[in-house]
Amino acid sequence: MSETPDFGLYLHWPFCAAKCPYCDFNSHVRARIDEALWKQAFLAEIRRVRVETGPRVLKSIFLGGGTPSLMSPELVDALLQASKDAWAWSNDIEITLEANPTSIEAERFAGYRDAGVNRVSLGVQALREKDLRLLGRLHSVEEALQGLQTARDTFERVSFDLIYARQYQTLDQWDAELREALSFDPDHLSLYQLTIEPETAFGKRFDAGALPGLPDEDTGADMYERTQEICEAHGLHAYEVSNHAKTGAESRHNMLYWQQQDWAGIGPGAHGRLTIDEVRYATETHLSPESWLAAVKDQGDGTSVKNTLDRQGQLGELLLLGLRVTDGISTERLARLGWDQNCRAVVSMLDDKFIEIVNDRLCATAKGRPVLNAIISQML
Amino acid sequence: MTPLSNIRNFSIVAHIDHGKSTLADRLIQSTNTVADRDMKEQLLDSMDIERERGITIKANTVRIDYKAADGQDYVLNLIDTPGHVDFAYEVSRSMRAVEGSLLVVDSTQGVEAQTLANVYQAIDADHEIVPVLNKIDLPASEPERVAEQIEDVIGIDATDALLVSAKSGIGIPETLEAIVQRLPAPDGNEDAPLKAMLVDSWYDAYLGVIVLIRVIDGRLKKGEKVKFMSNDSIHHVDRIGVFRPEMENVDSLGPGEIGFLTASIKQVRDTRVGDTITHQRNEVEPLPGFKPAQPVVFCGLFPVDSAEFEDLRDAIEKLALNDASFSFEMETSAALGFGFRCGFLGLLHLEVIRDRIEREYNIELITTAPSVIYHVYMKDGTQIDLHNPADMPDVTLVDHIEEPRIKATILVPDDYLGDVLKLCQDRRGIQLDLTYAGSRAMAVYDLPLNEVVFDFYDRLKSVTKGYASFDYQMEGYRQDNLVKMSVLVNEEPVDALSMMVHRDRAEQRGRAMCEKLKDLIPRHMFKIPIQAAIGGKVIARETLSALRKDVTAKCYGGDATRKKKLLEKQKAGKKKMRQFGKVDIPQEAFISALKMDG
Ligand SMILES: Nc1nc2c(ncn2[C@@H]2O[C@H](COP(=O)(O)OP(=O)(O)OP(=O)(O)O)[C@@H](O)[C@H]2O)c(=O)[nH]1
Ligand SMILES: C[S@@+](CC[C@H](N)C(=O)[O-])C[C@H]1O[C@@H](n2cnc3c(N)ncnc32)[C@H](O)[C@@H]1O
Ligand code: SF4
Ligand SMILES: [Mg+2]
Repeated sequence: MSETPDFGLYLHWPFCAAKCPYCDFNSHVRARIDEALWKQAFLAEIRRVRVETGPRVLKSIFLGGGTPSLMSPELVDALLQASKDAWAWSNDIEITLEANPTSIEAERFAGYRDAGVNRVSLGVQALREKDLRLLGRLHSVEEALQGLQTARDTFERVSFDLIYARQYQTLDQWDAELREALSFDPDHLSLYQLTIEPETAFGKRFDAGALPGLPDEDTGADMYERTQEICEAHGLHAYEVSNHAKTGAESRHNMLYWQQQDWAGIGPGAHGRLTIDEVRYATETHLSPESWLAAVKDQGDGTSVKNTLDRQGQLGELLLLGLRVTDGISTERLARLGWDQNCRAVVSMLDDKFIEIVNDRLCATAKGRPVLNAIISQML
Repeated sequence: MTPLSNIRNFSIVAHIDHGKSTLADRLIQSTNTVADRDMKEQLLDSMDIERERGITIKANTVRIDYKAADGQDYVLNLIDTPGHVDFAYEVSRSMRAVEGSLLVVDSTQGVEAQTLANVYQAIDADHEIVPVLNKIDLPASEPERVAEQIEDVIGIDATDALLVSAKSGIGIPETLEAIVQRLPAPDGNEDAPLKAMLVDSWYDAYLGVIVLIRVIDGRLKKGEKVKFMSNDSIHHVDRIGVFRPEMENVDSLGPGEIGFLTASIKQVRDTRVGDTITHQRNEVEPLPGFKPAQPVVFCGLFPVDSAEFEDLRDAIEKLALNDASFSFEMETSAALGFGFRCGFLGLLHLEVIRDRIEREYNIELITTAPSVIYHVYMKDGTQIDLHNPADMPDVTLVDHIEEPRIKATILVPDDYLGDVLKLCQDRRGIQLDLTYAGSRAMAVYDLPLNEVVFDFYDRLKSVTKGYASFDYQMEGYRQDNLVKMSVLVNEEPVDALSMMVHRDRAEQRGRAMCEKLKDLIPRHMFKIPIQAAIGGKVIARETLSALRKDVTAKCYGGDATRKKKLLEKQKAGKKKMRQFGKVDIPQEAFISALKMDG
């Protein structure tokens, strides 16, 4: 490993007002949350991780969840302040907060901005009332759009999320909805095809055959292709499988993940990747809010897993995530991790134009990106 | 010692599920053969697979002591038999050991195909038959109608049929009395040389092979040396006993009695059902013997994980120890690797064995399409028994091919008769007879066995909503225009999917097969042609289009760990697939592709 990787911080807030039926994130509904207790624990973890990493410069902070917009601005302020005390902030630091667009949450936006948040990612999910209900969302379309407006008035950078290939959705309907979203002229959009995750309410209904109206594979593929076309035409290029941005407006934090840089993960169920003394570590913390709190309080450490990643492990992760990025992965970096450009799987996929090597970077082609899982499983 | 006149031996026979085992329960219970606290439903169905499926697979014998109304003590030996057609041989040999049958008929259902089959066998065995109308506790019970049906369809007198509910115990005392009064006592001569019939045998891990016998003449004592007449083998009898239903040792068994012996016999194959047993130095006139049960359905069993081949061999050998009707030999397939070609009495038997291997021995299996034995006559005058379509010789050397036929009897409410006739017609059946009794029709068809082994019974059930019953007998071989249809996936022949078909039906079968496979094989990164061919000629074709969408929508910091696990799981799932060239075919495809919807 030669140059020092970029460094970011992920803070996980594990609570939501209600659990969405499609969601398999580490999110929990609790009647009462003792913010003071959580603040203590987060601050303790920041100090602990600081000792592990030594002095580094933070390029990015991401407050994710769960629903971080349920945190009070004071708590957000305290966490950001602590992170600044622990590590230096780079001048152009990106600080993103994930927010749900209900009216109560929008009221806190100004407070978040004053605490240092400069980018918001808003979970709009759908621009159709009926669909928000099917997705179990607590906000209306109108609320979401108002939230979006407030966010734009408050923050420098705003992105929002939509989920497509929803129940009963047709290609034409999605086309119209996406164009409507683009009419707000966003400079960043995350557009996710609905995934039926096992163990979720949707997953169980799906297995029981009780989740009707889902588009089939071909329709899903058509929707994906149409998404690429429409966004491209509006100047939002796909810089990753599900992320579209105007040039320069890409999420820097997420690029840390996809390009396998360093980040510390703090909070219940947060994952981290850290390079310390040339050794790369993969860390995980206790998943449930209560056991994480207890571990931090009793053992002074929320970590549940800390593994070293050998070259092969690093190569696997780099391929897995790096090929999602349109710009691909440097072949020189791949070679350093022991990648064999001449192995049969790679050669045949190059021949079939699922992948290509351009300017010394390995990329998935437009034909390859929609079937990336199949590509990667051949390469691993 | 019980005098012959106070012994009654009988089998309980019926169509599947009409309540034989439950009736046996009540007879056992009401005579206090088993204490109430040890009773459970279908007590005699002791194998796991029997309890799980709620059916009897093995015939079971129980000795019951009964004090009759006439004040005398009787010994009753009952044999509970299976109802499913696959195990019909269990019924026929049980009947040879006894003098009478309780013919159980579900009074809510009436006479069904196995009822008929059993009656014919009972008549063949010269049995006295006592009809029992069961399940009279149910509101849908129609004993008068069913009694009439028994007289019409079977032609036996049902005026004195017993009205019984095996479940609630109604009519049980009357049944016991009828057994004593209406069934004949056995014949036999205690002073004649020993002559006993070997009725059945099975393997017990502690005692070795247990031999079920019926003594005809003479007396057998513990410690004696006996001779099995079929191979003149001599055995030292170390234990004699009866079933109550647990094994209970006795010192001797005399004429008319049914019990067991053990003699340190290692393998079931060393005993032959139907054999005659006598004392070491005796010569007696041997009994006519039984026709051995012949496997009629064959398929390949391969381990999903090829490393488990030796474990599979071990499991199959162990199961075969106990089941002489199950045959096996090693088979290799280009696609599936090493496995076994196994022969079964029918599809249920196949399923039972497969289940036991998977569960008791924990080996996951790929089962190939069931097939029958074809007689292939070569131009040079020789003949081959073809168990596996993959072994079909070069057609230019073949003179003609014969296939096994069956005589099928189907009983069905006449509302569904049209559907049944159409099904039989579609399966190349030739109608032999069609009669009516009340609102039921009885159709007798000559059918090719290969059209029946696979999914005929499923189809019959579905077109008649479960109201039809079906029984069959083997009827010998007949020549027909049969060809081998091979299947090519991505231009490569897949031997495990090849099958014998009638030439006239080949296109239709080929098309159905290609369509099915198209649904069963997951999409790959390239498009895959799927073809059915006879010789070099393609008769049907489908194309599985290339995979279009397979990418994780969301993948952030922690997802790498999760996704890696997912990919590992998928890799493990791939083990359940077999690779043919560049194509992965899931194991269930080998069976499902053959199912016909029409
Ligand atoms: N209501 C009612 N149900 C009964 C009666 N006799 C048996 N059954 C039920 O019918 C089903 C089949 O009974 P079994 O005794 O297993 O039938 P069987 O004839 O031994 O079946 P196979 O051995 O599989 O051929 C079970 O669910 C019994 O509980 C009866 O007199 N009344
Ligand atoms: C961490 S999540 C949730 C953020 C925030 N709590 C919310 O719900 O708006 C980030 C995004 O993932 C997307 N997402 C979550 N579950 C998904 C699923 N099963 N399929 C597709 N997208 C999903 C949603 O668009 C969501 O906004
Ligand atoms: S989708 Fe967002 S709001 Fe809904 S449960 Fe998941 S994290 Fe919470
Ligand atoms: Mg039974």
